[in-house]
Amino acid sequence: MHADPGAVLTGVHFLNGDQACCEGALAAGARFAAGYPITPSTEIVERFASRAPEVGGVFIQMEDELAASITLQGAVWAGARAFTVTSGPGFSLMMEHLGYAVMTETPCVFVNVMRGGPSTGLPTLPAQGDVMQARWGSHGDYEIIAVCPNSPQECFDLTVRAFNLSERYRVPVMVLMDECVGHMTEKVVIPPAEQIEVQPRRLTAKKPGDYLPYEPEEDLVPALAHAGEGYRYHITGVTHDEAGRLGVNAAAQDKLVRRLCEKVRRASEDLASYELEGPDDADVAVVSYGITSRVAERAVRLAREQGLRVAKLRLLTIWPFADSAIRDLAARVKTIVVPELNLGQLVREVERAAAGQARVIPVSHAGGTVHRPEDILSAILEGVQ
Amino acid sequence: MAKGFVKIVAERCKGCGFCVEFCPTHVLALSSAFNQKGYHPPYVSEAEKCSGCDLCGMYCPDFAIFGKRYPVGGTHAR
Amino acid sequence: MSNAVMEPGTLVQEPEAHNPVEPFLRMERIPHIWCPGCGIGTTVNCFARALMNAGLNTDKVAVVSGIGCSGRVAGYVNLDSFHTTHGRAIPFATGLKLANPELTVVVYSGDGDLASIGGNHLIHAARRNLDIKVICVNNLVYAMTGGQTAATTPVSSTTATSPYGTFEPTLNLPQLLEAAGATYIARWTTYHVKQLEKAMTEALKHKGFSFVEVLSPCPTLFQRRNHLGDGLATMKFYKEHSQTKHGASTADTGLTKEGDIVVGKFVVKEREEYIEGMTRHFTEHLGRPFEFKVRTC
Repeated sequence: MHADPGAVLTGVHFLNGDQACCEGALAAGARFAAGYPITPSTEIVERFASRAPEVGGVFIQMEDELAASITLQGAVWAGARAFTVTSGPGFSLMMEHLGYAVMTETPCVFVNVMRGGPSTGLPTLPAQGDVMQARWGSHGDYEIIAVCPNSPQECFDLTVRAFNLSERYRVPVMVLMDECVGHMTEKVVIPPAEQIEVQPRRLTAKKPGDYLPYEPEEDLVPALAHAGEGYRYHITGVTHDEAGRLGVNAAAQDKLVRRLCEKVRRASEDLASYELEGPDDADVAVVSYGITSRVAERAVRLAREQGLRVAKLRLLTIWPFADSAIRDLAARVKTIVVPELNLGQLVREVERAAAGQARVIPVSHAGGTVHRPEDILSAILEGVQ
Repeated sequence: MAKGFVKIVAERCKGCGFCVEFCPTHVLALSSAFNQKGYHPPYVSEAEKCSGCDLCGMYCPDFAIFGKRYPVGGTHAR
Repeated sequence: MSNAVMEPGTLVQEPEAHNPVEPFLRMERIPHIWCPGCGIGTTVNCFARALMNAGLNTDKVAVVSGIGCSGRVAGYVNLDSFHTTHGRAIPFATGLKLANPELTVVVYSGDGDLASIGGNHLIHAARRNLDIKVICVNNLVYAMTGGQTAATTPVSSTTATSPYGTFEPTLNLPQLLEAAGATYIARWTTYHVKQLEKAMTEALKHKGFSFVEVLSPCPTLFQRRNHLGDGLATMKFYKEHSQTKHGASTADTGLTKEGDIVVGKFVVKEREEYIEGMTRHFTEHLGRPFEFKVRTC
């Protein structure tokens, strides 16, 4: 299935990341957004509010992020592709509904344009402090998908991918941008609609009466039916069986939660998306994501100018974490340097996946601006020794 | 002569007594016997007074009773 | 029926006859979890009959509930049903209705869920006059969690979290809803089954945000702690202490612990419904008819 040409702005544009994200959502078929204003994400829904009427879409500004993050799910069950957009404090408020989407297997997209925290923190300045919240922020056990663009172009591309993955696996998918990427303006090439793949919703072929809303297919993902089509199903955030009947007991919990996790874990290698570049005999590798990867790029260049053998790995998918890529990398380098705009979050995952095969050096930064390339370079130099 | 009848699913009853209290023609009484859950369900004590109005059905929070009118010109005798 | 209750005079006639509410219920999930003397099931009877009266295609009716005892209604009705998170039934319903305006969307939940944790959404859905129908079963207390004080608990009531009695002022829901802009507001009790059926029918037919408050006994957690008897005693209290005042000023509909209850149809007014307003607005803006094309899946 391809994008609807009526909503795809094919051509070469000069857009910021927020605007490109909005165009990605439209290209992916999103015609419904529920939001609440919060810097630095607001430009996404501002553009959606402007574009939606032309294409028969709806933007509703809800009374708060709690509302926005479940209004979109109501729209999904009525047949829409839908998303919401926020930043730190709003993301915190949305956590319960991230869990609801996990539990009810509602395909939808949450965009978080990260800013400095905790609390109100740095409303207008960048950070990458929400990467663990994206993974663990809602209560209970679950697996999640999160993509992380480093340019306006990728804000378009990865937003399309986010919608497609959410439909494929029936999980909420997060687009983790940051203030720099969201507000950076660059060239964005939007391809013709027929070149944009759109994952169709996994609608059931079964008739009402035969359909169970949580009966998994072979890949553990159930097919969906929309409200109003005679299925008369029950959708609930309480632990449930395949028919949607409540099952408040250990056996039902074990069966359901294991399946919810396993459907994503099983696909982890497919979902992992990263760029790896550099010499096979590199001594040091820099692992980064989002805006920090662009600063790391400069640090790697400076290191190479000094004759150092440095590789770089950039994560486009943060969750599920690219375990095998990091494991393989750790097996062949002495040191992995991990710069990130937080005081050490994803570096823990790198350490876990490296499992002692390589030394791991974090380059932490509390946020508010980006790293100095020299700080990353220092860590590379330290790593070579 | 009864214009209607009530049907009771005694095992669903939780013995709240709403149907007995609010039956406009006083057809029902609570049984002295217990159902399996240990509640006293209603029984029809004055069948001939039943109008089949289904007010008992509207009150019953447990969907355990309802009333129905006999068809016009029909008979209650079975 | 067990033989034990087949006392003299029992007649079971027309064995093929079925309770008219059954087609609207998921009978395999009955008996339900509600306590003896709880009124929530009574409100469901009225709702089933209202659905019949309104003549709706029930394939196109969705029920959205939040969390709590009344939030369990979604699980028992044989309709598309959504058991959402605590307080957020209304925003979920907002998305459902906006994405498919053909649906009749009913929010069925309790006072704690709708008016306390979900109070903000209640206000704003009423402000928008979105065409959803909110049935608020008000048992004056947080029942599912064990009977704690709610925003609706009358002053001087004893609850699990107010062992010395409540002293906070009580929320008057009809007044709140009128101020926020709801275009249909009625209140009845579970004693008033016929009136409630009618109010629910009217709400289902009303174009715009409709709010039906139903006072309902919670004998286990409210009446017991306040020595107000059981469910039946509460129903008798409703019968004796309700004053029907259609068109009453909602300023006069506040509830007290043992005072009279003003019931009736308080507000019915015409105001542009949200989706109608959106359609008109964007049609003017675009210079051509605005068509919903939200359902792209």
